[in-house]
Amino acid sequence: MARVVVNVPAEAKKGEVIEIRTLAGHPMETGFRRTQLGELIPRDIIRTLVCTYNGVEIFRADLHPAIAANPLITFNTVATESGTLEFRWTGDNGYSATQSATIKVV
Amino acid sequence: MKAAVLAVFLVPIAVAAEIPPAERRSGYDFMSRETRAMQDDEVTGPAVLSLLDGEALWGKLGCASCHGDAKASMRGVATRYPKVMDGKLVNLEQQVRHKAPQLAYESRDLLSLTAYVARQSKGMPIDVQPVQPQLDAGKAFFFRRQGQLDLACSQCHDDNWGKKLAGNSIPQAHPTGYPIYRLEWQNMGSLARRFRNCLTGIRAQQYAPGAPELVELELYLMWRARGMKLESPAVRP
Amino acid sequence: MNRRGFLLLGVVGVAHAQLPPNIQEIRKKALDEAIRKVVGDAQVRTGKVKLDVPPLIDNGNAVPLSVEVESPMTEADHVKAVHIFTERNPQPYVLTAHLGARAGKARVATRARIADTGAVTAIAQMSDGSFWSDTVRVIVTLSACLEEGLI
Repeated sequence: MARVVVNVPAEAKKGEVIEIRTLAGHPMETGFRRTQLGELIPRDIIRTLVCTYNGVEIFRADLHPAIAANPLITFNTVATESGTLEFRWTGDNGYSATQSATIKVV
Repeated sequence: MKAAVLAVFLVPIAVAAEIPPAERRSGYDFMSRETRAMQDDEVTGPAVLSLLDGEALWGKLGCASCHGDAKASMRGVATRYPKVMDGKLVNLEQQVRHKAPQLAYESRDLLSLTAYVARQSKGMPIDVQPVQPQLDAGKAFFFRRQGQLDLACSQCHDDNWGKKLAGNSIPQAHPTGYPIYRLEWQNMGSLARRFRNCLTGIRAQQYAPGAPELVELELYLMWRARGMKLESPAVRP
Repeated sequence: MNRRGFLLLGVVGVAHAQLPPNIQEIRKKALDEAIRKVVGDAQVRTGKVKLDVPPLIDNGNAVPLSVEVESPMTEADHVKAVHIFTERNPQPYVLTAHLGARAGKARVATRARIADTGAVTAIAQMSDGSFWSDTVRVIVTLSACLEEGLI
């Protein structure tokens, strides 16, 4: 079960810069670790996080194995209008997770 | 490395003294400001996902049918374990498993559910009973020299807390925040797992999860930490 | 060539063949290459970028870090992207955050894995084509008492 958390203020003033915090449950297997027998454990990470605001992309992050397990990504955006923020994480082995949050802009 | 560690103990030390109650400090105090901030982050801290999983399991496994809302019914529960239930000393994981035996030790589900239960006692003082003879057995374990390095827990955690080992500060070993998200494991884990790491570290005999020796040790450590506030689920390096 | 010379050549040859690759050098090259892919031939200036990462790290598996860039964040003048690198990991990339005027504030935070003591670098790519950077040197310590008993 792809477990994700997003934290978006429920309400903001028009033009206000808001902070968005996201957390995704994922081991972020680097691809550099080996088993006890010396076999390389293949890479399995989240590769991208994209956030859209009423359909317009406002943020994109490219993640690499150097991002810690259960990746936290925090960023900012301007509260322009009321609506929905959509978040999508994609990664190796077909990993995909989505979450949405609504915001009221006054 | 072994020589360096042994050298610390060749210096004659006063008889192993327990830490005076007023000087007891949680492992939290020995962490960097940034690691503490990770524990304090209740929205996106590394243990948050486990709590959400635990909350979901509380519903899915039917705990609510007897216990109702965990926030009310589980308040204070984690501060009282290990305790005697049905004539046997058990820790919190074992009590949770008693009701849900399909959850294996150290499994993600058991850790999440235990973390969720323990979270309901966050901020409350540890309040275990001095159950005998298990408390004395746990205390003897803590003070007994063991393993290839012939080290007792007390030598690091009573006598040398605050000093450095491999660049990290030696904490006093109070289990104030279990289950923890250990940065080293990149995952949640139980006190039993942490004990197993210690035993590997001093090259001593290992005990299986659920072994009575480990539960007795947990009882002694919780008794030693009585009155200290529970921080579960904590973050540790 | 006399016998001594021949033997010396043989010993040096064998020794050189047995030497492990210079990991430090390989990683430094990889870092330079990664930065060059982003920056091209442009000059990277120090300033405007504030990389916040603890100088002494409890455990390299999860290191909180944030990057903030001074910028009006208007359509005319904003941060296009923030690139974070580290010099001592098996590969140099940490995160690339694509921003834009709508970000309002050019700040991104995450938790990174930093394998060893060394430099962490953040490079801001501006809308006018300029590059600015900040570098912090960090010390990574090991936790004691691990599962594999490294200590």
